[in-house]
Amino acid sequence: MRYLTDRKRAVGRGASGTGTEHHWAMQVSSVGLALLLPVWLYVFGSALGSTQAEVVATFSRPFPAILTALLLVVGMKHFASGAQMMIEDYAQGTARKVAVILVTCLAWVVAATGLFALARMAL
Amino acid sequence: MVQFTLPKNSTIRTGKTWPKPEGKNVRKFQIYRWNPDDGKNPQVDTYFVDMDSCGPMVLDALIKIKTEIDPTLTFRRSCREGICGSCAMNIDGINTLACIYGLDEVKGDVKIYPLPHLPVIKDLIPDLTHFYAQHASIMPWLETKTNRPAKEWRQSIEDREKLDGLYECVMCASCSTSCPSYWWNGDKYLGPAALLHAYRWIIDSRDEATGERLDDLEDPFKLYRCHTIMNCAKTCPKGLNPAKAIAEIKKMMVERVV
Repeated sequence: MRYLTDRKRAVGRGASGTGTEHHWAMQVSSVGLALLLPVWLYVFGSALGSTQAEVVATFSRPFPAILTALLLVVGMKHFASGAQMMIEDYAQGTARKVAVILVTCLAWVVAATGLFALARMAL
Repeated sequence: MVQFTLPKNSTIRTGKTWPKPEGKNVRKFQIYRWNPDDGKNPQVDTYFVDMDSCGPMVLDALIKIKTEIDPTLTFRRSCREGICGSCAMNIDGINTLACIYGLDEVKGDVKIYPLPHLPVIKDLIPDLTHFYAQHASIMPWLETKTNRPAKEWRQSIEDREKLDGLYECVMCASCSTSCPSYWWNGDKYLGPAALLHAYRWIIDSRDEATGERLDDLEDPFKLYRCHTIMNCAKTCPKGLNPAKAIAEIKKMMVERVV
């Protein structure tokens, strides 16, 4: 038991001075995804059921390739930020920090793998 | 931190059933009981109240139970008209004020528990120490730097209207204790009530500490644990909208940097 005043417990270590940047980045990536995702789904849906050569040809064109690359980067950035927020809600201490690191790594690995696959198709 | 199960000593057991009075208009009440002095687990006691001799509000029934059936039943109450915020409790699954919640709004048995996710002092009385300390931490007073005007600080009608929907909060804690973010991170997240009060002073045209107030909230936990779940607005017995106040603070935060 620690003999802290109620006020000291409530104030803790004070405000960290961050938070708005993360909040704004989430808003921006949400708007970005709202625009990118429907268009990408249309492109992806059009290519669905085609032969491998046709799919490769579709994603070799600049617009589908750039769109997919953007979706991967923005989507994974949004996923990393959102998952971080969720982890902060439900985990504490070391588990929280480890989970945030893992989820961030996962997001960038998925983005990098997707970009590599896309590059192989498009280039 | 999320807890999916209650600790063993908090598991609720079936308690005492009090005798049923004669009469046709009798209603069943199931009320959470816990006494820190007897070392037992919490229990739910069952009471029967003759509604023909009882007032229309839940608080009327609680007072009748305490007066006529079981004087050990413990709960806070004072103004009995929704002004003091003392009698906040969980009635029929909703955090509200017992004094302004009508018994006719409850279908079936009346189930009464203390406000959720707070330490219980006894029966229906939660420990609001941390909640009040968080409220104090947002400096709930007019903060000025200049010493003029020496007397009255005037405010336009338009600026005064901005405080409507904010100043009416009675600090009953119904909103904060209905918020999952406050349940999981109540040690750091200020919660809807404290943030509504923070916005009330941020938006006050006479206050000169707007920047400092926003600085104090610039934190991933103090402010940004609000995920717009809206339980606060749904449950507020005064019909206020703390979620909107929090959203307004977030907008002001963004306007400072973008």
